[in-house]
Amino acid sequence: MARLRIKDHIRESRTFNERAAIALALVIIMIFVILARLVYLQIISHEHFSTLAEDNRVSIVPIPPTRGLIYDRNGIILAQNLPAFSLEIVPERVSDMDQTITAIGELIEISDDHLKRFNKQLQQKSAFRSIPLRTHLNDVEVARFAANRHRFPGVEIEARLVRDYPYSHLTAHVIGYVGRINVKELKRIDAANYSATHHIGKLGIEKFYEDSLHGTVGFKNIETNVVGRTIRTLERTPPLPGNDLHLTLDIQLQQVADQALGKHRGAAIAIDPRSGEVLAMVSKPSYDPNPFVVGISSKSYRALQDDIDKPLFNRALRGQYPPGSTIKPFVGLAGLENNIVTADKRTFCQGWFSLKGDDHKYRDWKIRGHGTTTLEKAIIESCDVYFYDMSLHLGIDAMSDYLSHFGLGKKTGIDLPGELSGILPSSHWKRQKKGLPWYTGETLISGIGQGYNLTTPLQLASATATLAKRGLYSRPHLVKTSGSNLNSELAPVMFDQEDRHKIATDEHWEYMIEAMVKTVHSIHGTARSISKGIPFRIAGKTGTAQVFGIKQDEKYVKEDIAERLRDHALFIAFAPADNPEIAIAVIVENGGSGGSVAAPVARKIIDQYMASKQSP
Amino acid sequence: MMKTKNKEYTQWGERRQSRMFTRGLHLDIPLLLSIIILSAVGLAILYSASGQNDAIIARQLTRLALAFTVMFIVAQIPPHHIQFWAPWAFGGGLILLAAVLLIGEEGKGAQRWLDLGFFRFQPSEIMKLAVPVMVAWYLADNPMPPTLKNLFIACLLIIVPVFLIAKQPDLGTSILIASSGVFVLLLSGIRWKHIAVFMALIATSAPLLWFNLHTYQKARVMTFLNPENDPLGAGYHIIQSKIAIGSGGTYGKGWLNGTQSHLEFLPERTTDFIFSVFSEEFGFIGIVCLLALYLFIVVRGLYIATQAQSTFSRLLGGSLILTFFVYTFVNIGMVSGLLPVVGLPLPLISYGGTSMVTMMAGFGVLMSIHTHRRLLSN
Repeated sequence: MARLRIKDHIRESRTFNERAAIALALVIIMIFVILARLVYLQIISHEHFSTLAEDNRVSIVPIPPTRGLIYDRNGIILAQNLPAFSLEIVPERVSDMDQTITAIGELIEISDDHLKRFNKQLQQKSAFRSIPLRTHLNDVEVARFAANRHRFPGVEIEARLVRDYPYSHLTAHVIGYVGRINVKELKRIDAANYSATHHIGKLGIEKFYEDSLHGTVGFKNIETNVVGRTIRTLERTPPLPGNDLHLTLDIQLQQVADQALGKHRGAAIAIDPRSGEVLAMVSKPSYDPNPFVVGISSKSYRALQDDIDKPLFNRALRGQYPPGSTIKPFVGLAGLENNIVTADKRTFCQGWFSLKGDDHKYRDWKIRGHGTTTLEKAIIESCDVYFYDMSLHLGIDAMSDYLSHFGLGKKTGIDLPGELSGILPSSHWKRQKKGLPWYTGETLISGIGQGYNLTTPLQLASATATLAKRGLYSRPHLVKTSGSNLNSELAPVMFDQEDRHKIATDEHWEYMIEAMVKTVHSIHGTARSISKGIPFRIAGKTGTAQVFGIKQDEKYVKEDIAERLRDHALFIAFAPADNPEIAIAVIVENGGSGGSVAAPVARKIIDQYMASKQSP
Repeated sequence: MMKTKNKEYTQWGERRQSRMFTRGLHLDIPLLLSIIILSAVGLAILYSASGQNDAIIARQLTRLALAFTVMFIVAQIPPHHIQFWAPWAFGGGLILLAAVLLIGEEGKGAQRWLDLGFFRFQPSEIMKLAVPVMVAWYLADNPMPPTLKNLFIACLLIIVPVFLIAKQPDLGTSILIASSGVFVLLLSGIRWKHIAVFMALIATSAPLLWFNLHTYQKARVMTFLNPENDPLGAGYHIIQSKIAIGSGGTYGKGWLNGTQSHLEFLPERTTDFIFSVFSEEFGFIGIVCLLALYLFIVVRGLYIATQAQSTFSRLLGGSLILTFFVYTFVNIGMVSGLLPVVGLPLPLISYGGTSMVTMMAGFGVLMSIHTHRRLLSN
């Protein structure tokens, strides 16, 4: 047994050695196979692959297009590209990085954030690529570094174009701003065209006209040396700059509107009713869009977000307010056209209105009432009882149908992103949204622009413009022409118009507009305060929208109510009444009464418009 | 016996003393030196391939230190201890592999990782050693050559883990593990008749295997057959790699001067395709030297196996060193367009952790086999 084992052991060892020898032979054969392959690749085909490698040394570098500029209607620049300076380091040209950064830090402030970002890129990028250490150096910093430049080989100051909004707060809600492209946007955009672009329109005109403003990326074929440094540019396809936009906005009018609103929260919009061109669009308070371009600090951003006045909120476009009495001219036309009332029909106003079998009092703003009231008087003095009575007979659905001709409850389709539609209630709407039937009492308060009714200031301005032109609807818009700055041709941007003159007879149009003129120019008119010293006629309508519900038999006393619970003041107007050139809607949040707070804002805008027309 | 030993001692006293010292540490100097040289070459080429990135070099150095430590520890374990623990290691490895399929973490479309809370690892790495150890353990208990029945069971011991790993799917590793098991069988002296039948079986099962491949695996094989068909997609790796190797020529472009790798045309240049960077910068001459170094390691490994004193050690040692060569051959074959891209690193040179540690543990086993000989016979 033992002998057998020993024998086995020797034989096994011999077999193993045999097999190991075969294995070694195979290994050597395989090494020769590899060598043969490499002889083929490196010696026989060497020239072929060298040529291919040479080709590889030419690489394509994208060149960013210059973003189109934005001008106001008179050619004043509203958005431009300014060079900004950044401090960049080419790592391979710096012998002692720590010492260099410390030395730079003595000249120019470098925060831990900057340093962290720099070190992260230092790990990722090749040594010959320049890495920014600090961006947006100010002039002093640039000068201070320039004087010491000789001490820092491999450290350069680079100029890049950065978007700038010279009018800052004044145009923020219209033009918006550009910011760094985020992950979500990255998925949506054409990656090739944005290969050299870092910023994209985030809001406003910048966002809506992104495609037009951006332009087309250019390319250059560059030849690099063995470490990738550019030797020369072989071929260049220049980028196509983005289109310049000329807005319909008049920056001077915008300034006047902004000053007229003063410290109030609110919005003012002026439209040319003949074309739908938006002449001014102000939402207060506003914010400075420039920090957003370079990346706003989270602290500053939180401060803006937490601000009780909501400066980031675009009230003109997204603020939804009850229209209050400003809806009366439109409801009045609905009554006339539906033959519910005639021009002469009289209703007695005793200061309140009630439905049969219901002791709830629908009150008029004037406690003692307006007495015998026609439609004209109901507009001039803004009588609520007259409209309660008319709405009751008109019915909510007929009212809703008619008001939709003026674009209420629908987005206007202005060339800005984020517009809201407001609410034009109907029985169908209530059933769908709330699952409840419509109550008659709700019809009454809808007739004076309260209840479910919500409109944006833009909608109200657009409806006023349509009324001013006796039914000619023009879609409100902000861009007049767009074109490349290379060719002088500017393509006008077209917007639709629709003639809705037929929704009222000539007689009724003139009747209603005359009533609105008297609102401003007659002794009892609610907006009589603004009529002094104008050589032309203004048509207007005041409104007051309740923020805070008052209990039955309680008096609204302005001083008793906290400022933020006071009524919103509204005013719509157009001028000149017979041949309107400007239509305006003004909303002053918690302003109190429309006639005393909102109407003067409109007057200042109209004055400026007329004055600039005389001295262009 | 004692006599000859004494004679040897007096004749070669000086040399023997130094050998006694390294033997005390259970290290094999020729193997150790060649591995160190290879690692140093690896670091140099990695420095170039990574675009002179110090952070990557630092990380690779840490891994090398860990791998050498593991090798040193494994070298201290006598082969009969390894033999004793073989079934346990194999059984444990199988359970972990099954666990990966059930609860493993996915990475890059494949399920390979097991998260143990404090660290993640690939159980397939354990099997790289456990499979040859287990097959050698099983065969060594019986007289050689193995009977047909034993052969059949040994095949099962290989197929089960290989199947589980291929299922993850990790084709490269499963091929390596299969070959490490098959090497044990071949070295055990199975009859040529059986080998012929075995080859015939593989040839007939090849079409079956093709239909069980994942789409991306099929794509790789198709790309291998005709890389120019898809120059920007799957074929890009191979085309760029061939350009890098070919443009290197006889003498190479010099260290740090490879344009392909530095201009970032070459993908995966620090890991699987690092051989292309080497070829571009050091040329054909450099490759001949590198292959000579690999060949030296293989020869030394085979020599250690032939000098081993038990069947188990012989089979295991032989299998480990041949698997090391397969690694090298498959990697160079794939980057030079001889074989399809299966995703295996170049041993001791490619950037990467786990497989390097396993490889060094294998060298530890070889050193253990060689340095525990006399002690075992005593």
